[in-house]
Amino acid sequence: MGACMCGNEQSTQDEALAKLLDQYRDYKGGLIPVLQEAQNIYGYLPGEVLQKIAKELRIPFSKVFGVCTFYAQFHLKPRGRNIIRVCLGTACHVRGGSKIFEAAQESLGVGQGGTTEDLRFTLETVACIGACGLSPCMMVNDDTHGRLVPQKVGGIFDSYQ
Amino acid sequence: MKSLDQIRAKYQEEYKNKIARNRIVVGLGTCGIAAGGEKVMAAIKEQIAARGLDVDVDFSACIGMCYREPMVEVALAGAPSVVYGDIFPDKVEKLLDSIVNKTPVFEWAVMQIPGDAAPYEGIPVMDTSPYYEKQVRSVTSRLGRTNPESIVDYMATGGYEGIEKALGLDRMAVIDEVKKSGLRGRGGAGFPTGTKWNFVYGAPGDKKYAVCNADEGDPGAFMDRSVLEGDPHSVLEGMMIGGYAIGADEGYIYCRAEYPLAIKRLNLAIAQAEEHGLLGKNILDSGFNFTIKIKAGAGAFVCGEETALLNSIEGLRGMPRVRPPFPAIKGLFGKPTTLNNVETYANVPFIIRKGADWYSAMGTEKSKGSKVFCLTGKVNNTGLMEVPMGITLRDIIFSIGGGIQYDKKFKAVQSGGPSGGCIPAEHLDTPIDYESLGALGAIMGSGGLVVMDETTCMVDVAKFFLNFTQLESCGKCTPCREGTKRMLEILQKICDGKGEMTDIDTLELLCRVVKGSSLCALGQTAPNPVATTLRYFRDEYEAHIKDHRCPAGVCSALLTYTVLADKCTGCGVCLRACPAGAITGAKKEPHIINPALCIKCGACFQKCKFDAIVKA
Repeated sequence: MGACMCGNEQSTQDEALAKLLDQYRDYKGGLIPVLQEAQNIYGYLPGEVLQKIAKELRIPFSKVFGVCTFYAQFHLKPRGRNIIRVCLGTACHVRGGSKIFEAAQESLGVGQGGTTEDLRFTLETVACIGACGLSPCMMVNDDTHGRLVPQKVGGIFDSYQ
Repeated sequence: MKSLDQIRAKYQEEYKNKIARNRIVVGLGTCGIAAGGEKVMAAIKEQIAARGLDVDVDFSACIGMCYREPMVEVALAGAPSVVYGDIFPDKVEKLLDSIVNKTPVFEWAVMQIPGDAAPYEGIPVMDTSPYYEKQVRSVTSRLGRTNPESIVDYMATGGYEGIEKALGLDRMAVIDEVKKSGLRGRGGAGFPTGTKWNFVYGAPGDKKYAVCNADEGDPGAFMDRSVLEGDPHSVLEGMMIGGYAIGADEGYIYCRAEYPLAIKRLNLAIAQAEEHGLLGKNILDSGFNFTIKIKAGAGAFVCGEETALLNSIEGLRGMPRVRPPFPAIKGLFGKPTTLNNVETYANVPFIIRKGADWYSAMGTEKSKGSKVFCLTGKVNNTGLMEVPMGITLRDIIFSIGGGIQYDKKFKAVQSGGPSGGCIPAEHLDTPIDYESLGALGAIMGSGGLVVMDETTCMVDVAKFFLNFTQLESCGKCTPCREGTKRMLEILQKICDGKGEMTDIDTLELLCRVVKGSSLCALGQTAPNPVATTLRYFRDEYEAHIKDHRCPAGVCSALLTYTVLADKCTGCGVCLRACPAGAITGAKKEPHIINPALCIKCGACFQKCKFDAIVKA
């Protein structure tokens, strides 16, 4: 799988996962928080991590996979260091959100769900981030950028490494 | 029972001292931060330190005027508090000068809140300013006025008086008070809250849950986010009161993961409430135990549906359950559960504190109280507002909202997100309440109002919503899974200019089938945007089908771009912008677009500085 194999990093990640699983072993309805935190640890959800979660929480793998693929937030492939979410909600739609998305695609050279080759950015769309008063808008990681114009988009990306 | 009087008196004193000082308050809700509020706050702190000014810096959340963010309030001791809009770091120096000179910067002032001081002349007073005149501020009363991360501010302004009062009452008396207030579910469906609590109260079982639905998924709605970010304690207090009334000892807040700031502030508020003995075991020595946990959503619109939400908390796929049994009987982990929306819970402490009669004095016969709306789209003043039920859409859009952007013509307002409908101009004087909006084919919904003008194509809007519901359909039941997809295909066909008149009949049939036979509210309401646009804007559908024309000029397949020879200067900008090489013409001669090569991207139209290119 695509998990990073460069020694130290992986063992710290695995340690963090083991600790996480201990914490949630007897927790009612813990699968989703475990997947969320595991994704924070690894950046995405590699197959062997899902298998480990299934085994340790005693949940069938098919169920873990089912939950994982049901929710938009979970990812089975490596993602960029910075996640860009362009809002295509109603308010953004009527104020030209799709033009912002086009500009983002052009600037990064990837499409919806795509990740740049240097793993710097992943481009996604989102149905609404609730900043409609500032539409059109987008999120980069946890930062919200509002009142966008297509020309401004590329410059915003430059400030994220 | 233990009383909160002592600690409240202490906090009131602290709060009084805090607001008696010279202060600058920066609006730091998600919208304020997105507009640059944090940078402004950093600049203010830096310059205050450099100049050695005796001014405190504090923050609040969103006061509601998103269109003027970043917003900064300057409150000087003994003078009216002045709220400024569009304050960017380069304006901070002059703002601080105004504190030294004790004269406000009139040209940047949005409004003032005089308090006990004599108001300045030339600055609108908040309560009588155009944006706030027709509003009421009860659920939103602390938004933008107090620090959301401070329990001192909350308790000093009446916070946790409701739970204290409720714990002194019989559980049934609490439910009766909520019933008497007429409060109905603010998530959209409008089910009477007291009645729901009564069901759960009466349901057999020793373990019960109170769940808060904070999975605000409707595009164009951010009321819940604003309340969670601006007054998180009020939601906790509402849940405590609800939990006490129904006999629950555990509460869950299911908050969508797209709201990181709301989750952060909720966690902080929970920790503060626990420290003060307001959450946990034997609260205020009353024998009532209650804890609250937060569950972050994982990105699925359907989880806003109550039974799907319960499945998601249980760690399953967020698919709706068959009802009955209703959650009041068999809800979370199979136990009786009440599910209420953020705004519903936030109303409860006010109702208990001020009484049901105070609450029911607001609103119409069947819809009591106030409602928070988010006004967005092509309107001048976008933002959050709280209005009494019964106000007209016209008042909201034209008085509070300040009319349509760029003086364009109003076409429709979309109420209730993907489950709602488009309401045309002839119904602008409809009073807002659950029944009137339902009669128009729309719904109250959670409170998102998206305004559309003459440049919005209604077929395209219907397509937009169907695309959304089709993507978000969980796939469990066939009518929703297949029906939304088929409707989307037909709408796409019409937008491409390939529609036939029989398609309209098929759409109407599908609307009825999907509405009548889907398992949950997502499917049952998914046809509303199509049904209402067909009802009020049928002519636009027919123009697409019969004349191959998009009257609003949106559907690109139906547009043609032409150069107006008398306006074209032959500058060549469009020629260079055209990715398809469809434009020809010599320098300083009018250019020509070859329709056979044109891909209708609109690049030339955007680039032309002389308005010489028209689309039709």
